Amino acid sequence: MSAERAISRRRFFTSFFRPRDVAVAATGGLVWTKVVADAKAAGIAYRPPGALPNDAFLATCIRCGQCVEACPFDTLKLADASDPHQAGTPFFEPRKEPCHMCGDAPCIEACPSGALVKGTAIEDADMGVAVLTDQENCLAFLGLRCEVCYRACPVQGDAITLEFREQEPQHGSDRHAFFLPTVHADHCTGCGKCEYVCVIEEPAIRVLPRDIARGQVADHYLLKNRAPAAGLPPAVQDIPVWERNSEAVLEAMGDEPTWDE
Amino acid sequence: MSWLSRNRYHIARRTVQLGVLVLLWAGAHAGSSLLKGDLSSSLLLGTVPMSDPLATLQILATGHIPGKTVLLGALVVVGMYFLLGGRVFCSWVCPVNPITDLGQSLKRQVGPKRLVAVPRTARIWVLGLTLVVTMLTGIAAFELISPIGMISRELIFAPALGLLAIPALVLADAFVLQHGWCGSLCPLGALYAGVGAYSPVRIRFDRERCDRCGDCVPICPESQVIRFDELERKGFVDSGFCTNCAGCIEVCTRGAYRFGLRTAARTNTHDERVTHA
Repeated sequence: MSAERAISRRRFFTSFFRPRDVAVAATGGLVWTKVVADAKAAGIAYRPPGALPNDAFLATCIRCGQCVEACPFDTLKLADASDPHQAGTPFFEPRKEPCHMCGDAPCIEACPSGALVKGTAIEDADMGVAVLTDQENCLAFLGLRCEVCYRACPVQGDAITLEFREQEPQHGSDRHAFFLPTVHADHCTGCGKCEYVCVIEEPAIRVLPRDIARGQVADHYLLKNRAPAAGLPPAVQDIPVWERNSEAVLEAMGDEPTWDE
Repeated sequence: MSWLSRNRYHIARRTVQLGVLVLLWAGAHAGSSLLKGDLSSSLLLGTVPMSDPLATLQILATGHIPGKTVLLGALVVVGMYFLLGGRVFCSWVCPVNPITDLGQSLKRQVGPKRLVAVPRTARIWVLGLTLVVTMLTGIAAFELISPIGMISRELIFAPALGLLAIPALVLADAFVLQHGWCGSLCPLGALYAGVGAYSPVRIRFDRERCDRCGDCVPICPESQVIRFDELERKGFVDSGFCTNCAGCIEVCTRGAYRFGLRTAARTNTHDERVTHA
């Protein structure tokens, strides 16, 4: 390094931190910080399976879109620039296209940054929790045998169960028995297939972020971990539990669909 | 000289810039596995990762360590651009470059003489602020607003409002910013200038051929690097801010510029290895 180069470098540094430049940079930096902090606080998005918790995900995702390219169902999309708190990050809308719970989770496999944690099994994904949000419009609560969300659920028999309730016989009542879809959050991955298939105009069951959906009883409550109510009618239990290997499922079902019984 | 010959480097640069976008688009929409991802992080032939070093630094600035693939990709890119000249990204890959070049040429033809003189050092400030704001907020501050990211992602994946950055940049470069986005604000360019400060591949200068006509100065996007006394002494453009765009090579009727290596200037008058225009 020549002396001349060293001198010009020194001059560069002393002329670099002029008071006016520092003031402009500080002001610009403060405004920029506010914009970014606001953007980060805005809204919720449904992330691909295996995603880190929200803050860590937003910090780690490099916005490369490789998970979007890996998804065979075109479920994932990249948020566009008009959505600044998520610009470039992947998300999905369950009602438009749910996560189809691929056994090999190609999205997690493709992620180079670890924002989708490598090695996460698809059934351990936490994209949210399904919640039956509208008991007035849900057909099951109207006394009908809908059950579509129960059957669409890939963690079938575990994440959504049908709880049987009998109605006192009343003259003129059109509601006799209920098979109520009940979500068990420990098994629910938030894939959104239930929301997607819900047959009514606006879904009565929706995926919500886990921290919004879940309640929590006090630690001192002794019966905290009581098992859910048992005693479903045999017909409802006759459906094979979802397996990773779809051929085994098809074989167990035989050639007849089970929902015509 | 034919038009093709006079613009050979422009043609080459646009081919590479377009080619990169086409390959990435094909990875997203045509099932191609040649190049997956986007300019933030990509995967070549299913094996070679490449990552934007500034995006990687921002992840680190949030306090998180990105996965090995991203880190390796950053090393690949920094290594590659160290060898080729850091700001080769700017003139040969970045999709913003043709947009700002358009704005600059518009400025030369119809633009006003007095523009907002944001100094060329401002982009170094923006680079520093990028990292500071990222540390304060825990989210990549530049990626949130980067026109490079907005434009490239929306061309590769799905067009949306971010493409409005294209006319915005043309207008800003033509009518607002003295040195344009690339020359005064872009922190990625500033980072690559640092990466390329000691690159082996440089634009060489032959003092015997130069007649000091100065045609190279208005064409150069970083004209501060053209200092004739320094060029005569060193024999090459010694600045990381030079983008290796070869505009000077194209415009010089005497062939005083050519691509070469970072070696000392020749003192003898006859240099047989100079390429002829």
